[in-house]
Amino acid sequence: MTAPLLAVRDLRVVFPTRAGLVRAVSDVSLEVAAGETLGIVGESGSGKSVSAQAMLGLLPLPGRVTGGEILWRGRPLGDAAGLRGREIACVFQDPMQSLNPLMTIGAQLVETLRHHHGLSRRAARDRAAELLAEVALSAPARRLDQYPHELSGGILQRVALALALACEPALLIADEPTTALDVTVQAEILDLLAGLQARRGLAVILITHDLGVVAGLCHRVAVMYAGRVVETGEIDALFANPAHPYTQGLLRATPGLDNRTERLVAIDGAPPSLRAPPAGCPFRPRCPIADAACLAPPPFAATDTGRAACWRAGAAAWAEVAP
Amino acid sequence: MTPTLAVEDLSVDYTVTDRGGLWPRRRQVPALRRIGFEIEPGETLGLVGESGSGKTTAGRAILRRVETSGGRILFRGTDITHASGPALRRLRAEMQLILQDPFTSLNPRMRIADIVGEPLLVHRRAASRAEMRDRVAALLEKVGLPADSGARFPHAFSGGQLQRVGIARALALRPGLVVADEPVSALDVSVRAQVVNLMQDIQRQEGLSYLFIAHDLAVVRHISHRVAILYGGCMMEIAGRDAIYDNPRHPYTEALLSAVPVPDPPAQRLRRRSAPPAAAPDMAQPNAGCVYAARCPRATGHCRAEAPPLAEIAPGHRVACWHPL
Amino acid sequence: MAAELGEDVPGLIGLLLLLGVVGMALLAPWIAPHDPAAQSVLARLAPPAWLARGDPAHLLGTDALGRDVLSRIIWGARATLLVGVAVVLLSGSFGVLVGLVAGYAGGRTDAVLMRLVDIQVSFPGVLLILLIVSVVGPSLLTIVVVLAITNWMIYARLVRGTVLSLRSAPYVEAAEIVGCGPVRILWRHILPNLVSPLLTVAILEFTNVVLAEAAISFLGLGVQPPATSWGLDVASGRDYVFVAWWLVTFPGLAIAVTVLGVNLFAGWLRVTTDPREREKRFGWSRAARALAGRAQ
Repeated sequence: MTAPLLAVRDLRVVFPTRAGLVRAVSDVSLEVAAGETLGIVGESGSGKSVSAQAMLGLLPLPGRVTGGEILWRGRPLGDAAGLRGREIACVFQDPMQSLNPLMTIGAQLVETLRHHHGLSRRAARDRAAELLAEVALSAPARRLDQYPHELSGGILQRVALALALACEPALLIADEPTTALDVTVQAEILDLLAGLQARRGLAVILITHDLGVVAGLCHRVAVMYAGRVVETGEIDALFANPAHPYTQGLLRATPGLDNRTERLVAIDGAPPSLRAPPAGCPFRPRCPIADAACLAPPPFAATDTGRAACWRAGAAAWAEVAP
Repeated sequence: MTPTLAVEDLSVDYTVTDRGGLWPRRRQVPALRRIGFEIEPGETLGLVGESGSGKTTAGRAILRRVETSGGRILFRGTDITHASGPALRRLRAEMQLILQDPFTSLNPRMRIADIVGEPLLVHRRAASRAEMRDRVAALLEKVGLPADSGARFPHAFSGGQLQRVGIARALALRPGLVVADEPVSALDVSVRAQVVNLMQDIQRQEGLSYLFIAHDLAVVRHISHRVAILYGGCMMEIAGRDAIYDNPRHPYTEALLSAVPVPDPPAQRLRRRSAPPAAAPDMAQPNAGCVYAARCPRATGHCRAEAPPLAEIAPGHRVACWHPL
Repeated sequence: MAAELGEDVPGLIGLLLLLGVVGMALLAPWIAPHDPAAQSVLARLAPPAWLARGDPAHLLGTDALGRDVLSRIIWGARATLLVGVAVVLLSGSFGVLVGLVAGYAGGRTDAVLMRLVDIQVSFPGVLLILLIVSVVGPSLLTIVVVLAITNWMIYARLVRGTVLSLRSAPYVEAAEIVGCGPVRILWRHILPNLVSPLLTVAILEFTNVVLAEAAISFLGLGVQPPATSWGLDVASGRDYVFVAWWLVTFPGLAIAVTVLGVNLFAGWLRVTTDPREREKRFGWSRAARALAGRAQ
């Protein structure tokens, strides 16, 4: 096996706040190989976005990395700012986070292209139009002269994607790229991402709360809960046989279209506070099969489908709860 | 039996002011065009549409929050289209709203008990402080909140718990109809199911009706008895739940269904989407034809020239399309 | 509440300063060593007691007419506080009312009320004061009314702006759908969220009003001798600033201490009226205690 493109080992991120220390990310290990798509799934407060921000060197204040290492092609990623934008690109939930409202789409693309590739003004403009065509925008030449406020959310997300691709990155980190969009637009952006990934051999980290979004796009998944990775594995095997009770519950709580039951299976309670997480397994208070063993932190051990942090990994947690 | 709510040919226009020139010019832009549906007692109608479809406007028009420009709204057989003053106040007790974002829909400076008790207070439904306290406690219990939550402020609760508070407030006056405007869209997946199940339990106990507004078809399936699809302010299709999911007849309904990502990797990878570029229609442009024609793969000249009527093609299944699937 | 104040040292200091100044004003007849208006040509411009040539009978020295500076400060607190508090309350309530009505009613009402504010803002305040005082004649009541008339607009603008943005807040819509009337919406749902910005503005205004009263008194249109106020003392001491610095310094300090006290106390009040801020602060002190406990 070749060295992974990006590897995160035992990453810890804390936010010292007035109300106490928030342990946003604890002992997170992840890796992405070249050309691979990794999905990071979690709810709000699971630490999925903070992990990505740490990888990008974009942690908001007062966040601090207090442990672990991030390796890029086997070497420590010291100065993320140098790599960011050149080899690692990102798109966010709100495309306006990466676009300047006062500049035309074309000017922003041309600036990036000239900066990174030293292209002439004309060559950069031609390349910009090509990039817009690559993200399947109609009439790319006309779009170049438009301002962000003239475009709808779905089109802006395509432009943000084109901007991210402008410097030919090896890894794209997409943080909830379709959450703010309508379902039909979301479907198009997901198709586009899948196409780009296959065509360019791009590695992608797709961060989302929606298991359905992950299903169609990713090779591997990491499920996060309360700042920790609770389960990882190959997508088909993990969705077919989830080992961790949280993953099982999440899959059952996600409404599908062929699901004929009247009632959804709910996971009782709410995710724990990251200021005072419960001792042992963080999912213990909500877990239907928790027992005394769960008071000790579970090891992140190998399962049939990957790895899971659960003392009773593989046991069917919710079978007896279903109506 | 009279339906809880009947909406007939409801239209709403918004006034848009252009400030381009020296004098502001006002134009009417249609937000809803002649939509109609009924909701029976104890029934849930899912109202599904993407941004710009008019689904939120429809909910607000029924609650008499925006003025209608045509059509009628009947609540338990009474015309409330132009209700105002004391009549509107009485109506407020009968029709309630659950909002999307639980973090902004509760006053941060009021205690939970005051928020839930406010409807009782303003409609003078509690004779004494003690009765008020008991009724608030009963409401909190009904929505599954701990008994001591009443004394606390909203910031101490999670999103799912706050949405329960919002539901308790909506239920306080025992309304006949609750308009739920994307009540679970802002919630985490694991909490979403709790709230949907709670709403179903309450419906079973109280026999109330829901208008459940949503932007995709996934959640709606579990709670709705019937589903209506809106696009560009027009009703595209309305039918019983299973008919919509198993046998959609409108091309837009099919596009919506195929867009929902399902948590099943092999199936999700295989799903082919051939829908043309998605975009909400420009409502400001007058359009004689079908609003969906510009995006529709089946559109013909006929579709662009004349808007199709909402026609019944099977019992209880109505579609506005010249070329249904 | 009292225990909470004990945890907020600046707030507590502010409260103590304020209590001191208010107590001074209330107890003036008993604690002032001299009659503030009693003149003594022999004891003119005596420096504070601890300086050479200082007179132990006049702790903070005397002014050009031989009046005791300390006694004048103690008595002056009455007029200054009265004018400051009365004007802020009067202009504040009027401005808030106008702002609430304009912001909530909207449309034509809003347009008319806000044009009124514009007109009042563009009219020179001093001219208006001169006009009214010369017609009605100077008195404490006149100063209060005149200062209120020239200072309410800032509240109206602030409140209207906030009401406009809060009107579309989801929880306000929820309250309207529940059936709350406009009065209840404004009182229970909108006004509480205006408390912090209003407190901030009111405190800045209090300072302004104290200084404005000084200016008016200086022009001879405000507090009339033999009555006194800090502003009047600062103004009349100005001529002697090079020979008798204590004449402007001590009344000036009195003004500064009062404003500081109000500011510190208001900071605490602002946090206390916001449940979210309150939680944060106590979370903080709890965390600090927990850390201290662990260290031991």
